[in-house]
Amino acid sequence: MVKGAESCVPLSEVATSNTHGEDSPYFAGWKAYDEDPYDAASNPAGVIQMGLAENQVSFDLLEKYLDQHPGASGWGCGISGFRENALFQDYHGLQTFRQEMATFMEQIREGRAKFDPERIVLTAGATAANELLTFILADPGDCLLIPTPYYPGFDRDLRWRTGVRIIPVHCSSSNGFQVTLQALEDAYVKAEGMKIRVRGLLLTNPSNPLGTAIARHVLEEVLDFVTQKDIHLISDEIYSGSVFSSDEFVSVAEIVEARGYEDCDRVHIVYSLSKDLGLPGFRVGAIYSYNDRVVTAARRMSSFTLVSSQTQRMLASMLADRGFTENYLKTNRERLKNRRDFITEGLKNAGIECLPGNAGLFCWMNLAPLLEEPTREGELRLWSLIVHEAKLNISPGSSCHCSEAGWFRVCFANMSQQTLEVALRRIKDFMKNMKAKQEK
Amino acid sequence: MRVIVPLQAVVQGRGGLVLGSLIPCALFYFLQFYLRRNRPSSSSPPPPSSASGSNLPELASIPRSLSRGLLSPRGSFGPARLSSRGTAVVRDDDNPYYVGLKRCADDPYNRSTNPQGFLLLGLAENRLSLDIIQDWLVKNWKESLLLDDEEEELSIQGLATYQPYDGSMDLKTAVAEFMGQVMQGSVSFNPSHIVLTAGATPAVETLGFCLADPGDAFLVPSPYYPGWDRDIKWRTGVELIPVPCRSTDNFSISIAALELAYNQVKKRGMKVRAVLVSNPSNPVGSLIDRETLCGLLDFVMEKNIHLISDEIFAGSTYGSDKFVSVAEVLDAESFDKSRVHIIYGLSKDLAVPGFRVGVIYSYNENVLAAASKLARFSSISAPTQRLLISMLSDRKFISEYLAVNRVRLHDMHALFVDGLKQLGIKCASSSGGFYCWADMSMFIRPYSEKGELKLWDNLLNVAKVNVTPGSSCHCIEPGWFRCCFTTLTEKDVPTVMERIQKITKSN
Repeated sequence: MVKGAESCVPLSEVATSNTHGEDSPYFAGWKAYDEDPYDAASNPAGVIQMGLAENQVSFDLLEKYLDQHPGASGWGCGISGFRENALFQDYHGLQTFRQEMATFMEQIREGRAKFDPERIVLTAGATAANELLTFILADPGDCLLIPTPYYPGFDRDLRWRTGVRIIPVHCSSSNGFQVTLQALEDAYVKAEGMKIRVRGLLLTNPSNPLGTAIARHVLEEVLDFVTQKDIHLISDEIYSGSVFSSDEFVSVAEIVEARGYEDCDRVHIVYSLSKDLGLPGFRVGAIYSYNDRVVTAARRMSSFTLVSSQTQRMLASMLADRGFTENYLKTNRERLKNRRDFITEGLKNAGIECLPGNAGLFCWMNLAPLLEEPTREGELRLWSLIVHEAKLNISPGSSCHCSEAGWFRVCFANMSQQTLEVALRRIKDFMKNMKAKQEK
Repeated sequence: MRVIVPLQAVVQGRGGLVLGSLIPCALFYFLQFYLRRNRPSSSSPPPPSSASGSNLPELASIPRSLSRGLLSPRGSFGPARLSSRGTAVVRDDDNPYYVGLKRCADDPYNRSTNPQGFLLLGLAENRLSLDIIQDWLVKNWKESLLLDDEEEELSIQGLATYQPYDGSMDLKTAVAEFMGQVMQGSVSFNPSHIVLTAGATPAVETLGFCLADPGDAFLVPSPYYPGWDRDIKWRTGVELIPVPCRSTDNFSISIAALELAYNQVKKRGMKVRAVLVSNPSNPVGSLIDRETLCGLLDFVMEKNIHLISDEIFAGSTYGSDKFVSVAEVLDAESFDKSRVHIIYGLSKDLAVPGFRVGVIYSYNENVLAAASKLARFSSISAPTQRLLISMLSDRKFISEYLAVNRVRLHDMHALFVDGLKQLGIKCASSSGGFYCWADMSMFIRPYSEKGELKLWDNLLNVAKVNVTPGSSCHCIEPGWFRCCFTTLTEKDVPTVMERIQKITKSN
């Protein structure tokens, strides 16, 4: 880097704030991993990354498809239509690709909801989709309500550039961290008390970090709540294809349809191919909104975050192959379920309870019995031990704004089976040591 | 003036009492009227569209007694509307940019299949040399995308998983080299000063977020690229202050004008945070000379502000003047580099706007740190990154491409300028970019923005030619139009001229 006379040309608030959160424990664990990453052959004592919710269990299916269809997929580079493709920067997105996304979303919900391709706005990843919706639905100083525990990235993605705030809706382990009407009311009243305007509620369904699909009756209550308060509902359904039994997932789209599309102007869904198809590097996200003006605004604003036309073309081709997508979804679900069962069993053997879950790429495990004191500090001390002694990067519940100390999110789909076994052995040993220490 | 006189009369007690009270009252009512007209629509939200009336089945309404029971007077904080940012974006419908694009999208010109269609001369796409890129891809795509270096096998793992949000180091390296080639070896670029984004649009917006706070201002010599009004102002809250340039000196940047504008903005209580220029200029197509670049660098140093140089057309020069990047001047002289940031991208010089590749090149460590984290909102798709690494690394191909492209740009530009000359339309002198900046002021009536928009409308709806009116570019001299010539083939030029002549003859 160029050194020399330090200039004092000032930068903005956005540039100098630490809302990016990279100084927080959530990311400190990542740094520990980056400096000493596990590798079975070259670094078997390194840190195992269990803090990244990435799906690597079904790559072989993708590779097999591409192998068998080099021409068809053409990786978006086939001769015919290349010209148009390279020039294509229309923020409407490729019609064929939007069509396939809509159909894919329907497939995931097994036809229980219909999606109109004209209501899909493509973005470079769900991160961008969530931020875009926040810009469109809320002004600086307004807030979104989000049930806890929630994905730590929201603090950055929804607040950093938008100036919008987050008010947590506190959920408790007494009912498996499900959202209650009381909790929603409490959060709303709190915002009112702080003179902050509530513009919407953001749900993640299935939940990250809990790994559970939200029950129908809870969704109904939530929809009633947002209707009564006249606010928006954003349903982040990026893990919808990762519910182990497809009939256990209820999308807010189903509820909207069941209500005859009454008052659905306030409902918006976020989707992405990063989790279900395991393609986070491709940067494909989508906003689905029942509100025409939101669709128009989002489409225009998506010029800041368009998906490469080459990628759209390639994936349109892949998603059009129904045989492939059916098989992929089915197989992926089975494998994720097996992984989940495997890790839950392993944790149980180590004396650790997990929240019963039916979805996602992670478990929500309870280490509260190990805490010296049931506080955030106690949790972070325990977490530090796990990172530095057991050499496992897991995510502390406090970074997810969990109101109860001692819960941790553990990812199981971003590694091989062998690595998972190593991780579980380390956890078992760690627990043995902790018990021994406690007994002394 | 007219208000002051009667009030003076009141003060001096000369029968102006009536006028003196009437006029303020009238003004007051006009103010009310104006405010009411311009308040964001406060009517109730539009009725839910039945899923855009498409093929969705009509579902029987299940009685929702519960929700009806809960319906209470709307929350005191207002209905589930859009934010003011969202509303402003939705209401942008009258903008000539959108109007023009929409008309053309439905009925685009094609010499063989749709010769009566709309000629889109408002969007800077370079179709002149796509065939060269296509040929390369046909030969090389498989190798460039699929092969794992060691195993020669299909490997998706490297592409599928999370990548650095601001682009892979391999692509940054390839882009840095490409930029060096584009600038014909006059300066070399360091990959670790690069943040990659999904297009130059988010690149310039990201700089807007990093260099200024809401309510601050950038000084922008005008006429300027209309897209900046959207890219920079929409979400950052930064104001763009046009600093008019004059046709008398081919719209060159004047430091004196910048100085004047700076002081005026300061008087309004706003903070200027940067000067934003494009070089080669969009829309004029002229190059900023070395002396002016030094003048700009002196100016921003004196005011302790930033300089953003959008050099996205640097590889698309065709005149006899040589392009000088601000990077070249920084290398040669001892200016403070930490306040200089360059915008670049592959949409123009490499003609692949669909692939979405933009560049922030900065010498400021803190800006790079912030921008690389912000890049998460606009990252480049991994397969596209890999494809481009491969293409850009083929330096022989790239230098051939750049050379041929320049020749084709030169020839098409000459043809187009000549065609306009035959119609009596002069163009500003330009050496780079995809546009002619044409003076049609003798054809507008009245000589004003209104007259200009009338001509624009006729060109669009009668002649079916979409060009960009100078007012969209904040040009203070009415009658200038921006015409893109790179979407045409030689054979299309006479058609364009015929159509334009239809309108100019009748004026």
